[in-house]
Amino acid sequence: MATKEFKAPEMLRTGDPTGFCPGCGHGTVGRLGFEVLDEMGLLEKSISVYDVACDSLYMWAIDTDCVGTAHGRAIATAAGVKRVRKDCPVWAYVGDGASYSIGFQHTVWSAVRNENITVVIINNGVFGMTGGQMAPTTLIGQKTTSSPAGRRADVNGYPMDITKILTGQDIAYLARGSIDTVANINKTKKYIRKAFEKQMNNEGFSLVEVLAPCPTNWGLSPHDSLERIRNEVMEVFPIGEYIERGVK
Amino acid sequence: MAQIIYDKKRCKGCHYCVDACPKKIITVSGELNDKGYEVVEFDEAQCIGCGSCYTICPDYAITIIKED
Amino acid sequence: MADNEVIMKGNEALAEAAIRSGCRFFSGYPITPQTEILEYMSWRMEEAGGEAIQTEDELCGAYMLFGAAAAGARALSTSAGPGFSLYQEAISYLVGSDLPAVLVDVSRIGNALGDISQSQGDYELIRKGNGHGDTMVIALTPASVQEIVDDVQLAYELAEKYLHPVIILYDAAIGQMMEGVTLPEMSEHDINKFDWSVKGIEKGQHGRKITNVSYFCDNMYVGYEKYLRDKYKAITDNEQRWENVEVADAEVVCVAYGISSRVCKEAVRNARAEGIKLGLIRLKTITPFPVKAFEEIGPDCKGIEVVEMSIKGQMVDDVALATKCNIPIYGYLTSYLVPDSEKVIEVAKDILAGKAEEVL
Repeated sequence: MATKEFKAPEMLRTGDPTGFCPGCGHGTVGRLGFEVLDEMGLLEKSISVYDVACDSLYMWAIDTDCVGTAHGRAIATAAGVKRVRKDCPVWAYVGDGASYSIGFQHTVWSAVRNENITVVIINNGVFGMTGGQMAPTTLIGQKTTSSPAGRRADVNGYPMDITKILTGQDIAYLARGSIDTVANINKTKKYIRKAFEKQMNNEGFSLVEVLAPCPTNWGLSPHDSLERIRNEVMEVFPIGEYIERGVK
Repeated sequence: MAQIIYDKKRCKGCHYCVDACPKKIITVSGELNDKGYEVVEFDEAQCIGCGSCYTICPDYAITIIKED
Repeated sequence: MADNEVIMKGNEALAEAAIRSGCRFFSGYPITPQTEILEYMSWRMEEAGGEAIQTEDELCGAYMLFGAAAAGARALSTSAGPGFSLYQEAISYLVGSDLPAVLVDVSRIGNALGDISQSQGDYELIRKGNGHGDTMVIALTPASVQEIVDDVQLAYELAEKYLHPVIILYDAAIGQMMEGVTLPEMSEHDINKFDWSVKGIEKGQHGRKITNVSYFCDNMYVGYEKYLRDKYKAITDNEQRWENVEVADAEVVCVAYGISSRVCKEAVRNARAEGIKLGLIRLKTITPFPVKAFEEIGPDCKGIEVVEMSIKGQMVDDVALATKCNIPIYGYLTSYLVPDSEKVIEVAKDILAGKAEEVL
């Protein structure tokens, strides 16, 4: 009798529970990456790079080789790892706060150099670990602890959209997923799989941004946080595949 | 037929699974786990093994084994 | 002439010596007076089977170095003044994560807006700076092209011995100078030699974590405090390096490093010929500061002459501490001008005649 199992990679199931808040999107997005690596037979060989932010909590949740680096420097660090470990799948698993502000030059320039790494960026619109300050992706009008009256375009500019910034850049892959529904989670997993496949084919830089909830800092219940992604965030940040070398 | 393995101690009570279940067989139980999170309960007999609860769970608390 | 005996510019000799020491990852960014290192690596590293990357800035350069070091490679990043300021953050993380790596500062004048003159203005940056969070590095200060070559090999050995970043600091004069030099034989570094480096695990192995070492110490910071203090003490006790020239009977002892120390050597020779008892303590490391070198100073010493291309005399405090403030300290302090050996002697004469003014 055939069976089908829906089961997280053993390391995640058997390790300590993650340190993420209830309803945090990190638990799901990181799992997708590890599931993909596991299904590709690459989990043991993989090297994950985190920075100083909520993403770093995976350092202790997954029993594979990991590198922790300074806030905003995970992508540059991952590029350095990959340059000397070409046979290992290397990914930077990071947040939007760091990757689109303090470390933005590394995000763009790793793409320009077409570094053969995979980058997964959580877009939850806030700096999570420091308590919910405005991020480059904070929506206009969104209240955060550093935009208490709501983000203002005349003061803070408009939300930063990585798909617009990297449009036309000759990289291997660029997509944006969401984890607001089971269907979108499955779609996001396909994007992350493609990203790793392209790295293993030595096609160069692949980036998947994922819209994810931060219920704690949004001041919403987990349920309402997913609603917000559907009703507000996806309006500004449409999901889909944006760049795929040889296809689009 | 599907088997549900629910690791209550990993659950953080977000209840995403309650919304995600297409058969609406997951309910908030009123029971608290060791960390004080309100866990859920499953009506396993009605489970179709679609894996939606597994997919949406951010805490690796649910495993589904579906027998065809 | 053997193949290994060549005439080379300091910067290029550094690059070649790094490659021959097994360095297979380099990151750099153009900035005078060290751009030759980037240029040399841009063709030479590929020949050696490594990677030389021109990065978008020194931040990226330092973190690519961090990544390469975490993966077990011998890596190098080089810069000057303002670029080295950008390295500071990464140096903190290299120290915190116990990663061996070599970084180079070829110092130049001022904030580096405009003038490209040589200078020794980065002493405090290297000796007392190098990041946030109670960090200390090992810093070597070569004074010749040959010493640059020798120090590169030494730097990798020390970096791997202590699992710690090592800085090589020299001024533009030495970086741009051409001299005869004996290069080491080509060697390869095995990037799998360290158990701790990330390389992917085998089934059943546990994952390696390159992160703050404090996480692995007993009671975290309780254990880490002892760990780091012991490491700093071992470095301070064992790695002081210096060269003393005619110090024991000297009435005036020059203290200098880099290009200034070469001038002082000539001054000592000429002064002695005139009957003036001049000596020299040449610092080959500034961290750890070679306090032990000062033990040779004899009872006849009337004063120390700090010879340094720094307006404020950045070495003076360290010299005062090394002599326990028992000897008057005078200075011949320039900024963009390489000190002159005749002036070194003049200052020494003034000190002996009681006409010089103490700097501290």
